Amino acid sequence: MSTDSKFGEYGGQYVPEALMPAIEELTDAYERYVLDNEDGFMDEFRERMADFGGRPLPLQRADQLSQRYDTEVYLKREDLLHGGAHKLNNALGQVLLAKYMGKERIIAETGAGQHGTATAMAAAHLDMPCEIYMGETDIARQRPNVFRMRTNGAEVNPVTTGRGTLKEAISETMRDWARTVENTHYVIGSVVGPHPFPSMVRDFQALISEEAREQIQEKTSDLPDSVLACAGGGSNTMGMFHNFVEDETVDLYAVEAGGSSLSVDEEEGVAPNSASLSTGEEGVLHGARTKLLQDSDGQIMESHSVSAGLDYAGVGPELAHLVDEGRVEPVNVDDDTALEAFHRLSQDEGIIPALETAHAFGYLEEHHDGLGETVIVNVSGRGDKDLETVIEETGNRDLDNAPDMSIFREIGGGML
Amino acid sequence: MSLEAAFADEPAFVPYLAAGDPSYEASIEYVEALARGGADAIELGLPFSEPIAEGTTIQEAIVRALDAGMTPDRYLEFVREVDVDVPLVCMTYYNLIYQYGESDGPRSFVEAAAEAGIEGFVVPDLPAEEAGPLRAACDEFGLDLVFIVAPTTEGDRLETMKEQVSGYVYVQARLGTTGARDEVSDYTERSLARIADWDVPKAVGFGIKTGDHAERIVRAGADGIIVGSALVDIVAEGYENGDSTEVVADRLEAKARELKEGALAGAPVEQ
Repeated sequence: MSTDSKFGEYGGQYVPEALMPAIEELTDAYERYVLDNEDGFMDEFRERMADFGGRPLPLQRADQLSQRYDTEVYLKREDLLHGGAHKLNNALGQVLLAKYMGKERIIAETGAGQHGTATAMAAAHLDMPCEIYMGETDIARQRPNVFRMRTNGAEVNPVTTGRGTLKEAISETMRDWARTVENTHYVIGSVVGPHPFPSMVRDFQALISEEAREQIQEKTSDLPDSVLACAGGGSNTMGMFHNFVEDETVDLYAVEAGGSSLSVDEEEGVAPNSASLSTGEEGVLHGARTKLLQDSDGQIMESHSVSAGLDYAGVGPELAHLVDEGRVEPVNVDDDTALEAFHRLSQDEGIIPALETAHAFGYLEEHHDGLGETVIVNVSGRGDKDLETVIEETGNRDLDNAPDMSIFREIGGGML
Repeated sequence: MSLEAAFADEPAFVPYLAAGDPSYEASIEYVEALARGGADAIELGLPFSEPIAEGTTIQEAIVRALDAGMTPDRYLEFVREVDVDVPLVCMTYYNLIYQYGESDGPRSFVEAAAEAGIEGFVVPDLPAEEAGPLRAACDEFGLDLVFIVAPTTEGDRLETMKEQVSGYVYVQARLGTTGARDEVSDYTERSLARIADWDVPKAVGFGIKTGDHAERIVRAGADGIIVGSALVDIVAEGYENGDSTEVVADRLEAKARELKEGALAGAPVEQ
């Protein structure tokens, strides 16, 4: 194993022996094709991200927010990527890599369905058979995404073990991979898992900050003072931060889901948040040492957030390391703040953000005074997928800026 | 008795059960039944919430045990209480070993496990490359560290394991995670050939369901057999049907006897 499989003490390769040869083969392929551009792999990746994905994507000045906060606010528009979120950067990169490796089959896990839909799109685009593992609870909650995956030709395998959510789906996908390593590639959905996944997924997602760093200098002739991105597993976060990490004058804020509370219910094994960078303890999960939401015995907790895409008990090992080094500031906002930010961006800027993304804007609202003169926020995805959740959650709360949805009561639509 | 000694005289039968499945009290009876049925050592699972190396059968057993309140401390109590005279091997995931107690690393749990009567560890998500701290703690407290050799394990990785393994080596007889299968794979012979020069006993697992499987695997050169899913299936069925602890324990004992006799039948005839 190469020494750069670790970020400080984090990362590594904590996987069953049956998977080690696959991990070693993938590490070799990562070094050759991604790092060394063998056979022009990265050239083809960039070309497909342009033609199929729509890159490069704009860095847009947010006029109303800039005025509201008396701060220059710029938006990195990953919501405009094909599929509606940053997820395609990684999915297309990995499916293409699988093709270069001679693999014949793609598998992936998905929680809310965003990574599953991106993988299904990429697999259809590159003509590869694709199977997605998804917890049965999530399948029931995310029907439109299941339809999208099926429409793109992917098989969706329900995971019935445990609580039927993302972490069970990851475990199940790893089991499939252990049986099928010889012809199958596992497209992991974030900067998590055993090396080389955290580095490789970061490198595919780093297109975000590669563009943003150039664009901000074109527009302002300077680097930003702060960069904000939401953080669940951390793939949009690392993609947005990567090319700014060496720029020591740029402050990096990873905005986690504070959920309904930062405290945990040890008895029930539940953390009503997904703030593993802010509150987690070091441990080993899904192949890597990282910061985790766990009880005092080391059992992994059920995380919770109004945003399904941030709902994960772990976080990428490189982010955990950057936090310990003091390079990345872990912060969080609660469900109410994220929902208010969702409505604010929709009303003020005409952009309906993903609920994940809304967390970053919630932090901007609460802390814009401390972020300097120029701020970039990563708009990691669009919020069409979240509309039903938002209408329901907004109806349950007393939010300052919620739109009036009483039309449904008047016409008997029954949505509420 | 040391782990290696469990393999000394005849082909060893090493069963697995998840401690606390489906309840603490029943599970004690089940483990004791396996010993009566002829187990030479027992792999006793300490349930972890994310068992990525297990098939559905054992995963469900782990969920049952966790739901019934199994924790690392209860597990150590279990080890102290269960009345068997064969070595117990703790099979679990690294995070539980790593988090336990005051030490920064695996030392606290290894110390507590040794005191409770555990003789060794199998940790499916801890490859040999990451195993240094656990190996050191096992050495300090006189415990064995068993590694799993997969059909795909080759070259340098075999060497890294050979240097660190003790007690026995767990030979995974087919690709995939645990689950009883109808056919015994021909991976067995090939897997054994690759580790022929290792000086620890070779126990073959993954997919053994019947005495006939056991016999063929021992005939192919194994020093022992490891059986998990076929036994966990008996526990699961009893739980689902509401059968009494005694009835399920009797079934486990009978199955253990069948497997042990199969293993003995495959042994080379004394000259």
